[in-house]
This record gives sequence, structure tokens and C-alpha cells, in this order.
Amino acid sequence: MTSLAFTPLAISFDIFTSWDFWIAVGVLAGIYGIFTLGLQLNVGFTGVINFGQAGFMAIGAYGMGVLVVEAGWPFGWALLGSVVLAVAAGLFIGLPSLRLRADYFAIVTIAFAEIVRFTAQNARELTGGNLGLRQFDAAWVDFANPLARDLADLGLESDRPDLLPLLILTWIVFMLLIFLLTRLQHTPWGRVIRAVREDEDAARALGKNPFLYKLQSLALAAAIGAVAGHLLALQLIQLNPDSFQPLFTFIGYTILVLGGLASYLGVALGTLILWTLLEATRFVDLPLSGDKVAALRFMIVGVILILIMRFRPQGILGKREEMQLGD
Amino acid sequence: MEAGTLARTEPSAFERLSRAVRASPGRTALVIIALVALWLILDYGLQAWGQRTVNGLVSGSYFALGAVGLTLVYGILRLVNFAHGDMLTFGVYIAFLVSVTLGAPFAIGVLAGVVATAALGVTFERVLFRPMRDARARMLQLLLVTIGLAFVLRNAIQFVAGPDVKRLDVNVTSTIEFLGLRIGTTELVVMLIGFAVLALIALMLRYTTLGKQMRALSDNFELAETTGIDTDRIVIATWIFAGGLAGLAGGMLGAATGVITPNIGFFILLSLFASVILGGIGNAYGALAGGLILGLSQEWSTLLIDARWKTAVGFAILIIVLIFRPQGVFGRERTL
Repeated sequence: MTSLAFTPLAISFDIFTSWDFWIAVGVLAGIYGIFTLGLQLNVGFTGVINFGQAGFMAIGAYGMGVLVVEAGWPFGWALLGSVVLAVAAGLFIGLPSLRLRADYFAIVTIAFAEIVRFTAQNARELTGGNLGLRQFDAAWVDFANPLARDLADLGLESDRPDLLPLLILTWIVFMLLIFLLTRLQHTPWGRVIRAVREDEDAARALGKNPFLYKLQSLALAAAIGAVAGHLLALQLIQLNPDSFQPLFTFIGYTILVLGGLASYLGVALGTLILWTLLEATRFVDLPLSGDKVAALRFMIVGVILILIMRFRPQGILGKREEMQLGD
Repeated sequence: MEAGTLARTEPSAFERLSRAVRASPGRTALVIIALVALWLILDYGLQAWGQRTVNGLVSGSYFALGAVGLTLVYGILRLVNFAHGDMLTFGVYIAFLVSVTLGAPFAIGVLAGVVATAALGVTFERVLFRPMRDARARMLQLLLVTIGLAFVLRNAIQFVAGPDVKRLDVNVTSTIEFLGLRIGTTELVVMLIGFAVLALIALMLRYTTLGKQMRALSDNFELAETTGIDTDRIVIATWIFAGGLAGLAGGMLGAATGVITPNIGFFILLSLFASVILGGIGNAYGALAGGLILGLSQEWSTLLIDARWKTAVGFAILIIVLIFRPQGVFGRERTL
């Protein structure tokens, strides 16, 4: 494999022309960014090692889909209802397990996320199982198509009409959340969760209950995960349990530590860097089959994680003094 | 009602029971398992229960083998190793390479897998974990490194061997009937070897100096170090042990199913964690028992609910144990 690094690599110029492709990547980068904001709130600011974010995202996506398709709820109410479901799940899993040590909590939350995925896979009557769940997005398409036509008049088109509006929506939501979460960090609540991260006993001595603040932080991250799930559902058109593997959470952590802990803007930087790295490999003409290139891309993710944790654990924008990485 | 009067009253039956449960949780667990077994036998018949039990002992034996290494590495190095499942995969792919590609007997292939995975474990320790421990790396840092390692390992295997299903050179069609119970010949061999190795490990941990030192380090690293134990040597021995057993567990898992993919180990990683946690993290005997209990519970659950839920049953057990008894069924009472 080392010989590969020395092979002269031809770079194809498709990279500059495939506009549609980069729109799709931009949507994914935004969705992963939103997803990771929840991790940043938990891991970077509160010191809660949440590994179940993919589960909250699945609850958001499937909750919305099932409420629209099976229960016939209007789209807007289904969005709201599924956020409530995700928050309830966050409280349900956090209440008994947030008292555990950080590494135990990580394992509990990953098991929780896997149970959610198994349920999506096996409760076939409700979710369609591996056959998938479709036709929950009529309201979105009705909204996006006129917008897509207006954009087309301006010369901005994509093969899939609603993808460009989705890109805009995703990044508006992403930026808005970064703004709100950064503001939240400057409120008394935001200062308390940082105190909890630094020293639970000190926070307790000041009359704050660390457990409650951690629980609130987890519930808020669950809501953010659900929003990422909604956008992912619109991007996927069809929901499949396989889209909610723990892999999603692991990639979220890569984005998190790449951008840096305790920095919301770092998340935006992290997701842009990671997705550029991942997708740019598609345009390098490697003498390899598609399978091998796919494997190579995930090896890149792994190598990035290892190198950052080994040599710069605070990431690019993170501050060393704000870094709390568990006991 | 005042608290004072309450304290002076005779302990109720419930209190006495809960005290007994707390005093010997291991025995309580065995009683519960026996009761569940009895109930399943009465409700579904001895034959149906027996068949599930046999299946559960087969999967339990490779769960237990995988879990021992995971728990020792956790106990001694405080390292939650998310790459452990992929070490199983590595072991079985080496076995595939040696036995199918190079044409050696399958047993030789598994042996090669054991050696190669042990070497892999030592390499991880030397190249990554020791330098990181020396640099005072924190829990999350180490945990994310193991996730990165898992990605690299799994995808390197996929890069070399391809993502498609590979067939191992084992006989998965011949079966043995015994008292109306059916078991695959290969599965029987897997189970017997698994049990033999588990017994050897238990003896090794109990009676050899190395085993005692490993348990001492797992119990209290600093204290063990001050008694003059060569911790460096034990850490390397732990990796050899954990890696070798992971390689063996991978070979067994592959032999029992007959086919392998690059995800085979990652898919059972959470089951391994569940076994470890059932037995109490860092407790090697506990992991042996935990693996068997997990295998049995997953198979028994198929009497009650559809078999497609059985993996989720393992995860549910993991969560329930962590919430109600985070020190594990066989672990000692301590604050976590």
C-alpha cells in the first residue's frame, strides 16, 4: 500500500464541472454539521460523552416519516412531534444512565442507538423495515419546486430540482443553530454547563445540580439530532435503517475533533474539511475499483481520527484549556 | 410517618430479599437464569429449549473468548477498545488467507490468525497506546483512537480482500443428532475448543504468576506497580493474550457461520461489550460467564419473540445491567 502513495496521481477536471455532485456533498456536509453541533454541545461544552446521536437522528427522521405516512399528520406537526419524541428519548436514556462514568455512558448510548436502528429495521408494519419508508415529503416538494424554478430562472439549476433548495435550507438551519448555540453559551445556562464540564463538585457547591444540566444538554442535543434527521430524510427521499449506523456518530466525532472541541464554528470548519477530503478522492484517478476507493475513504477518516487524537487532541479551532476529555 | 420509627421496624420480606440479592449477586443471577430456564422448559418443551441452549452455548463460547481480551485490556489499561471486534475480523481473514488462499488446513489457518492478531495487538500498544499513555492521554482521546483504528483495520481488510462474502473451507452441512438435539459438527468442535480454552484461561488466571499479576494490575494498577510487578511486561502479555484470543474467537465465529465479511467482527462488538459489562468490566472470570449468559439469553429469546430481535436483546441486557448494576453481575460493590 505504501507504493500507492508514490504513484503519480492524475487529477481529473470533473471536479470543477460536476456542479450537481457538489450540491449533494454540500447538503450532506450541512446535515453532518448540524448533527455534530449536538455532539459539540454535549462533548465539547458539557463533558457528556454522547455516542447515541445517530439514534436521536433516526428518531427524528423515522418519527417524522411515520407520523406523516402512517398517522396522517400534517408535515409541520410531524416535524414538531418527532423533535418531542427525540427529546423524550434523550430524557429516557439520560435519566438512568447520566450518573454512570463517562466510558459506561458512551457504551449505553451506542447500545441505545443500535436498539433504535434495530427497531426501525424490525418493526416492519410501521417503518417498512429494510424496504424503506417513502412519501413523507410531499409538503416539502410542493414548497421546494416553485423555489427551484425561481432559482433556475437565475441560472442555478440541479438535476434533482429540490436539492438546491435543500442545500440552502440546510445551511440556513446550520448557521442559525451555530448562532443560537453560541449565544446560548453566553447565557447563565451556558456558563453553568461549562462549569459542570470543568468541575462537577464545584458546580454543586454553587448550588447547581450538575445532573439536571447534563440532562438538559443531552435533551437539547437530541432535538438537534432530530432536526439533522429531518433534513437527512428529505435528502434521502426514502428512509432505510442502514442510513443510521453508528458509523454516522463516529464520523460526527471525526468532524468534532477535526474542527476542535468547544467551538461551534469549528464544527462548520470540520465538516467542510472532512467532506472535501472524502469527496475529492473521487476525482483523483486511482487505478482502483470503486470498492477499494470506498474502503480507502474510510481509512482516511480513521487515520484523521488517530492523528488528531495523538498529536492535536484539541483540534484546529479548539482551545487546549477548554479541553475536557473524560476522566 | 417519621423516618426514625421506620428504621426501627423489622425488615420486611422485600428488604431481606434485596439484602440477600446484594450480598451474593452472582448466586442471584444463577437462580434467575435457572428459573427462566425452568419456565421456558415448562412452556415450550424440553426439546425446543434444549436446541436453543445448544445454539446459545456455541455463540456464547466465541462471545466469551472475545470478551475476555476486551475486559483485560479495559481493566489493565483503562482502554475501551472499539477496535476489538475488528481484531476478530483480522484473525478470521488471516485464517482465510492461510487456509483457503494458500491451501493449508483450516486449523493451521486459525492458528496463524491467533499469532497474527496477537502481533497486531502488541503493535497497537507499542506504536499508539504506550506513547499516548506516556503523554497522559485522556479517556475520550484513547477511545476515539480505537474507533479510528477500527476504521483503518476494517477498511484495510476490505481494501485487500474486497467487501463480498467469503466462504471458509469448513463443513457446515454435516450435523450430529443427540437426544433429539441437532448440532453442526463444526459447531460442536467450536464449542468444545471454546470451552477447553475458556477453562485453560480460567486456570491460568487463577494459578500462574502471570495470571495473578494480570488480575492485580486490573484491580489496582498503581498498587500493583509498587509491589514490584514489571508492569511493562504484563501490559505486553495482556495484548498478546487479548489479541490471540480475539484471533481465536474470530476463527471460531467464522467456522460456526461458514462465511465471513469485513463487518463480521464489528457486528458482534456490542455483544462483546454486553458480555464484559454483564461480568463486570475488568473481571476476566465475569467476562467468561457473561459471554455464555449472553449467548444463552439471545437464543432463549427466540422462543418468546421473533429471532430477528435477538441481537437487540443483547443490547437491552447491556443497558439494563449498566443502569441497575454497573459493576456487573459478578463484580464487587463499588462506586462508579
